[in-house]
Parts: sequence; structure tokens; C-alpha cells
Amino acid sequence: MSRRRAAYDEVVVTAPVTVPYVRYSIHGAHWFLAGALAELLKHAGLSKDKIDGLCVSSFTLAPDTAVGLTQHLGLTLRWLDHIPMGGACGIVALRRAARAVQNGDAEAVACIAGDTNHTDSFRLNLATFSQFARDAVYPYGSGGANASFAFLTGYYMRTYGAKREDFGKLCIAQRTNALKFPYALMKKPLTLDEYLEARLIADPLRLFDCVMPCAGADAFLVLHRAQAETLGLPYARILSTIERHNAFPDDAIQYRGGWALDRDELYAQAGIGPQDVDVLATYDDYPVITLMQMEDLGFCEKGEGPDFVRRNTFTVDGSLPVNTSGGQLSVGQAGAAGGFLGLVEVIRQLTDQALGGAVAGARIGLASGFGMINYDRGLCSGAAILAASGGPS
Amino acid sequence: MSDPVLTQLVANLVAGRIRVVDLTQTLSPDFPQIVLPPEMGQAWPFRIEEASRYDERGPAWYWNNFSCSEHTGTHFDAPIHWISGRYLPDGSTDTIPAAHFIAPACVLDCSKQAAADADFLLTVGFLREWEKRHGRIPGGSWVLMRTDWSKRTGPVAYQNLDETGQHTPGPDAEAVRFLVAEREVLGFGSEAIGTDAGQAFHLRPPYPCHYYMHGSGRYGLQCLTNLDLLPPTGAIVIAAPLKIRDGSGSPLRAIALVPAPANAPARDRNRTSEAKKRGIKRKRR
Amino acid sequence: MTRPLVRPPRKNPMLKTRVPTLPPPGRSRVALGLTAAAARGRFELQVCRDCATVQYPPREACRACLSQRLDWRAQDGAGELLSETTLWHSHELFYRERIPWRLGMVRLDCGPVVVAHLHGDCTAAPSRVRVRAALDRAGQATLIALPQKDTPNMADDRQLREMTCDPKFRKVLITDAKTPLGQATVEAIAAAGADLVWAGYGEPWKKTRGFDRLASIPQVSLLPLDLTDSRAVRDAAGEIGGRVDILINTADYHRIYGIAARNGLETARAEMDMNYFGLLRLAQEFAPAMRGRGADGQSSAVAWVNLLSIFALSNFPPHGTYSASKAAALSLAQCLRAELSPAGVRVINVFPGPIDDEWNQLLPPPKIVPARLASDIVDALRGGAEDIYPGDIAQEWLARWRDNPKTLERELAAASR
Repeated sequence: MSRRRAAYDEVVVTAPVTVPYVRYSIHGAHWFLAGALAELLKHAGLSKDKIDGLCVSSFTLAPDTAVGLTQHLGLTLRWLDHIPMGGACGIVALRRAARAVQNGDAEAVACIAGDTNHTDSFRLNLATFSQFARDAVYPYGSGGANASFAFLTGYYMRTYGAKREDFGKLCIAQRTNALKFPYALMKKPLTLDEYLEARLIADPLRLFDCVMPCAGADAFLVLHRAQAETLGLPYARILSTIERHNAFPDDAIQYRGGWALDRDELYAQAGIGPQDVDVLATYDDYPVITLMQMEDLGFCEKGEGPDFVRRNTFTVDGSLPVNTSGGQLSVGQAGAAGGFLGLVEVIRQLTDQALGGAVAGARIGLASGFGMINYDRGLCSGAAILAASGGPS
Repeated sequence: MSDPVLTQLVANLVAGRIRVVDLTQTLSPDFPQIVLPPEMGQAWPFRIEEASRYDERGPAWYWNNFSCSEHTGTHFDAPIHWISGRYLPDGSTDTIPAAHFIAPACVLDCSKQAAADADFLLTVGFLREWEKRHGRIPGGSWVLMRTDWSKRTGPVAYQNLDETGQHTPGPDAEAVRFLVAEREVLGFGSEAIGTDAGQAFHLRPPYPCHYYMHGSGRYGLQCLTNLDLLPPTGAIVIAAPLKIRDGSGSPLRAIALVPAPANAPARDRNRTSEAKKRGIKRKRR
Repeated sequence: MTRPLVRPPRKNPMLKTRVPTLPPPGRSRVALGLTAAAARGRFELQVCRDCATVQYPPREACRACLSQRLDWRAQDGAGELLSETTLWHSHELFYRERIPWRLGMVRLDCGPVVVAHLHGDCTAAPSRVRVRAALDRAGQATLIALPQKDTPNMADDRQLREMTCDPKFRKVLITDAKTPLGQATVEAIAAAGADLVWAGYGEPWKKTRGFDRLASIPQVSLLPLDLTDSRAVRDAAGEIGGRVDILINTADYHRIYGIAARNGLETARAEMDMNYFGLLRLAQEFAPAMRGRGADGQSSAVAWVNLLSIFALSNFPPHGTYSASKAAALSLAQCLRAELSPAGVRVINVFPGPIDDEWNQLLPPPKIVPARLASDIVDALRGGAEDIYPGDIAQEWLARWRDNPKTLERELAAASR
């Protein structure tokens, strides 16, 4: 049996910042990441030399990685990481940074994720996404994950009786949430008819099942609790985290993710259950994955996702607030920042800094990450349970 | 100081009293070449490849490289071409005395006979009949067999092959022996693809024209044309092969000088002068 | 149900001709193993020598036991369709121009899960399918799932046709239609539904038995064509080149000498002039127009077939200079393949063993009969392969050559002593 994992006492996460999303930009990724770092410093009242750790995620930073950014932005660091894990990068960055601060390897770790978007960026990113994608998916015509998720969605619908109306309900709730969020790129309300009749992308996926690629950045700061209090920064505590890569490799088609393997540990370490979660952020590149996360994170049993969706509401004031800033489906996917978006929104909700609608009395938040469609399934999964600083559960 | 004989010749040419007749077929890839049984070494057809044509391969010039057999198109056969002439002195294109390249010609009109029978063989009897009308064939002259075969402009008709091989007219063995021994001619010329008849393999000896002519140090001309423009006697044939070392023959420009009819116009002198003027103008630029 | 192909309407000459695009052509080196097998018409996957796990996508080490001893082995492609979708949107120009496009996710009986093109007659998941590997328009291996049993007009499926070079309703040039093989090819191509077959012939004064019969086939148009004459090839291309969809180069000058058996260069030059330079002339004159028409509607320019010889792989000393001329032609054909690939025009190289004709008289059977070879050429056009080795001799020599080229060299030298 594995050893008991250490708690995250005394390590906190703070300073949730966003560089506003735009559809296209002529700037490079460095511009957006620099903007996120500058915002972090401003928000935290720290000078640049006080940052001694950096965690970076970006698809369009090439040919640079995190180390190039140190010289580009004039940083001298004693801890550096580059997390190329797509939608799971926020959770993973949090895990890495938290242990570094906890063990004294760094004092203040800036976690930043951002990407630019030119008119042909998306296609070029896809072409070099992974060896398996290049050899066994890309030649078949689907740009990116659309076909893969169409397969998953079709399979899920057939196996568990999910209807397009169920996915639509999630998308519409998120759109409602987004209407109040200042950085959301989708600004019009969405009706069920519009959702159902939207342009076909790869059936059963239609236009509003897919995120809009854009440029932007998100970031947060990981500090010692004492330092956060010295700086007067509102913070969230880390109750537990999980991470898994290439879970269930023998499943013929992905209908569950790594959270199903690790969720018991997630809740045990946090000392809470799903019913205690006040605000949930799922990784929502496609609605079916949100349902999968709801099942695998214990909000309902496997296969009961459709029923769970029908029985609940997901707006800021709903029975279970989900993706309260709108999620990627309504805010946009700024490349790797999509892996930070949910976590940053949960931090905002738990520190009374919501930019859009606020979840009343939010004490416990769960942010989930998922990503890297290396071939036919998302390989990375992760989750973090955070608590408001006023005390646990 | 120029000889009056030569001056007279030039004057007659310029005045149009002597005409030049071109006896040569155009060398082109379409012109048929002799085809041997597939197991044997073949004569190359005429092939031509552009080297440049006022383009990136050569901006201001046009030129070609070509290839062919020594026996492609209108061509000359040297004695060394045949086994019977292999040891004779002065038997290759580079050793034949140049004086032999200009000679009188007798033209034998077999056109009606050839039209009736593609395998027509020229006989001693025909020769004697011809001599009755036109006089004895002089020694040292070409004997040209006019068959109008050159008027067959399609390669299929020109080759005239069937399952038993080629069917073209030519001399029989006795006629050739007669021309060599009794008349000491310079050589034999034909409009068809060979001096020998198409079916001459079956004569005795096979290919008697090649055998006896070359065997006695004499020459052949093939694929001639315009023999119908030559008088039976009196034409001068100029047929000079390329000077190929050890050559068995070569394509050539065969021409004939013939007396013109009395009312023939003089050569156009003006055109010549224009060309000269243009040349001078170019140099000044 | 797949609708049978109909003859396309006449092209509107006022419209711009669509320029060829290709499906994404990049593959890792290890994935090229799939292409190498598909080029020979085979579907192969890596199998771990140590634990027998079948791998897909192609990789460098076994996903089960990390062994690096992975061997490419033929697979029957039987599997279950797990899920399918129809693309209505693509970032890639090739697919944008061809949507809607069906894709499926198949769990092969041998283990791996594959993404594959989905034939229109495959029923909804879950259902049984057969997966095949074919070369796509970019010349790379691609997987297509077919219905478990053949369906009517199956080959006319719009997506499957993007991987094949079907002569139906196309215009085909056969460069030498005089030989028995040339005649058989004309007949086979006409029977396969070509709209127009140009039957090339050189040396008009040389009659060959059976050639005159070709003129009575309605689609056939006799075309004077001497591959040793550059001007003639250029003139022929000027006349018909813009209409040729498939070019089948059957011209073959075959003599039976090594080096010592024939003095002089005349025979070897003639072999090179026809077999190698003939191909070069054809390629210079006909390839440009075909390149431009790689996406020109249903009857686009689509294939260039070279009649090589199994002797091109390894010299057969009794026909030594001929073998060398075929080896030269093979190398040039590879060059042509690279130059035509951006247009999606496939170069198909045919490596028959000895054909049953006069020049192979002294070789023992089995020798390949012209009609059978012609039918193999048509099959290659209808399939997704690009290197075919018709006949038992060719298959055996190929197996020996792939096993170890040096041993085949020794064996052929020994056989000719």
C-alpha cells in the first residue's frame, strides 16, 4: 500500500489574474505570459525579484520553453518548471509549486499559462501536437480533437442514454454564467434551439459543443500562508490534489478518466465529500467531458451523468454551480490558459474576488483538469480541492 | 588565276543554264531506317535532341545534337561496308579518293515496272534495252535505278514489309556482275532503303549488289529522290560522304547538276545581294 | 448503399481547375512501416516478438513489456466499430474540399483501437467491419474500414475512391499497345470501363499480330508514339497530354545479353534508350499536365504505371544489360514518384517476373501470361498499392531480396552459370 501523502498545510494559493482574452492577436505568447506575470506582481504588491519560482504552460511559446522566458523577462530563479499538459496544467502546476514552497525549495512561485492565437495558429498547433496524432489521427481530417470527442460523445450517448438536450443544458448554464464575466468572448445568451440547431462540426458535435480558440493568459501565485498574510492577500487553502496520466489504457474507448482511480484519495485527504463542494470547475473542452468528470469525481455514479444533469442546475445560483465564469465553452480557450481557467475561477470564488456572478457563501471549491489528446483519449487528469481561508469545511 | 573551264561552269550555274537537283531525302526521326532481325545489331534511326533554343540552356542560340547510323536516310555505302570489300585499299569513307565524289550518272527508268511489281529485279536484258536507246553506259559513272519509290511518303509504304520481309526493287546478280565486269561503273544508286532488292537475301549470292559492288571497290547510294528530274544521261552527281575514320558509309547531301531547258530563268542575283547587305548592316550595329 | 459511379458531365472550360491538395503527409519514421506495407497492398502492424502484443499507433517499444523487438506482421483487419462520426468541418484544405467525411473508431480483434475512414456502407456502431490499409493521395498509409461483406458498387464509394486509381470513366494512355502485353492491357483497361484508351504504337511498318484488332474496340484511339523520339513524344503530349488521366508505360526493349555475350554498345544503348530515356521523355512531356490535373473532378489525373521487371531489383546476369536498364528506370520512377506526389498522382511500379514472350523463351516456367499481367495492372489501379510483383517468380525473388539482397545476388549469378 502506498505511503500516506503529506497535507498541504501552510501552503496557499492566491492572486488569481487574467490577461483579457482576444480572438486573434499579433503578439507572441511571450507578450501574454509577461502580461500575466506583471498582473500577478501588481495584484500581490510584489517586486519581480521576489519571485523565485516559475511554472509555465504554453503551446505557442516555441521555440522557447520556460527557461527562455527567464531571460526574456529578466527573472533569476531557483525553481523552474514547464508543464506541457494542456487542460491539466493548472492542477499539475499547483501540485508542483505547492510542494516546492512547502519544502522550502522556493518562496514565491508564479504559475502562469497563456497562448497567442493567429489565424493559422490552431491548425499549425494541431499538425505537430503529438507523434500519435500526427501518425494516426491528423491524416484523417479532423482538425484536433473534434473527431476524437465526437467518437467519445457518440459512444457515451449510445451507452448511457445521454441526449443532446443534456449537453445543451450545461452549455446554456455556462453561457448564462459568462454573460456577467467581463473576459468572456461569447457575449450573447444561448437558447436550447440555437444549441440544438447549430452548425454541425462532427456529428453529434455542433458549433456550441466546441470551444473557441483565442489568445490570453491566466495565472496565480503559490506562497507560504504566512507571507500571504503579511502581504494582506486573500488566499485559498489547498486541501488535496490528485494527478494521473494514461489511466485505464485498456478501455477500448474513453468513457472514464483518471479521477475514477484517485477520487477516494482526493476526498479522503480533504476530509470532505462531493456533497460539500460549493463550486465546481470542470475542464469543459466538450460537454461530454464535464459529465464524465461529474461521474468520476463522485457527484453521481458512472452512467448517471445524464440523470444528474437533468436533476440539477449549474448557474451561479444553481444547485451545483459549475464553471461559474462560463468555462472555456463560453469564455474561450486561450491555449494552455484553458487549463488554468477553472482553477483561477475557483480561487476567485473562494477569495471573494469573483469578476462575474459570485457563488454565495462559497467555502469549498473543486477544480478539475483534463487534457492532452495524444491519440484517442485525454491522457492527463487531475483535481484539486481548495477551501476559503476562513477555515475548513 | 581561274581556269576558263571553271569560270564557264560558274557562269552557267549563275545564268541558270545548269540546274542543281537535290537528290536527298530530309533527315528526320520519321524517316524509316533499315530494320534487321531483332537478334542483330540495328541501325539507329535519326534522332535529334535540342541542346538549347534561345532559352535558359543557351540564350542567344539554337542548336541540336543528333544521332543516327552511318546508313540512315539518303546515304553512301563504302566498300568496307560489305564482307567482300573488307580488305580492299581505300575502302572507307576517309580513304576513298575525293575525285570519286563527282561523277556522271546514268538514270534507268524502272518506274512502271516497279509500280507493277514491288519485287521487280533489274536484269541484263533491261540494261541492254536501255543502252540501245541511250548508248553504252560509260565506265566510272553512277548507275541510278529510278523506281519513283521516293514518292512513297508514308513509312509503311516505303518499308513495304510483310510476313516474308521487305519488298522493294533492285538489281539481280547477273545485272550487277555485268555492270561491274563489263561496264566498270563507279557504283549503284537506289531510291529504296537498300541498293539490293528487299528480297535479295534469297538471291545467289545473297545481296548481290552489295556483294559485287563493294567486293570490287565500288560504291552505293540509297534513299535517293528526284531521280525523275534527271535526264537518262548527262547529269553529274556530287555525292561526298562524311570523312569518318574507318567509316562504312554516311548520310550525305547528294545533288546533281543537269542542263536546264532552254527557257529556264537566270538565278535571282538580287536576293543574294540583299543577304550580303543585311550582313554588313549587322556588323555596324 | 453506395451509388454506382456515373460518367461525369463534361467539364466547364470557363471554370478554374481545382489545384490538388493532399491529406496531411507527415509521418514519423516508425509509422512509415505502415506505408511500406500498404505500398505492397498489405495491412501490417507491429507485433512484439517477446509478448505478442499488437501495437498501434506505430511505436519504438512494446506498450506492454517495453521490448524493442517489434516486427511488422500482416493483419486481417477484422474488428468492431465502436463509434463513428461524420466530419462537417476541417482545418485541412483537402478535407474541407471533401466534407462530409465519415470516420470511425474500430477495435481490431487483434487488440489495438484505430481511427479509420469509414466506408459509406458500414452500418452504425456497434457493428463488424474489415479494416484495410491503402495509400492515400499523399502516398501515405491510411486505414479504411469496410463493411464486413462486400456490398454492390463498393469500389465506387466516394471516400474509398480517394485512395484508388480506378480507370472507370477515365482516359488512359498505353504507350506501347503493339506487344502482346500492350494489347492485353488495352483490352483490360477498356473492359474496366475507361472512356478512352490511346493505344500507342511505334515503327508503323512493323506489324504485330493482333494489333489491328484493337482498332475495333470502341474506346480505342490509335496513337503513333515512338518513345525514342523526343519530338514525337512532345507532339503526342501536345495533342493528348492534357486529357490523360492514367498513363501506362508498357514500352519495353528486351534483349538477352550480359556483358561478355554482346560486343559493342548498340544493343545496350537501345535498351537504355527505350527503357530509361523513353521513360524520361514521357515524364518530361506528360507529367506537367498530369500534375496540374490531380484534383480535376471525378476523372482526375490519378496514376502513372511503369512496367519494370523483377530484374530491376537484382540483376539477372543472362539479361544483364536489360536488367541494368530496368534498374535505371526504377530509380527514375522513384524520382518521378517524388515529383508527382504533391499532385496526388500515384506512380505504380510493376515488377513482373519473366513474361511468356519470345525473349524469355529459354527461361523455365512459371512465366506470366500477358492477359494475367494486364489484369494485375488493373487490380493495382483499383487497389491502394504502388509496388506490385505479379507472378510466382516475382513473388519469390522479392521475398529473397527482402530477406537479404546479397544472397539473391549470389543465387542469380549461380543460376546463370
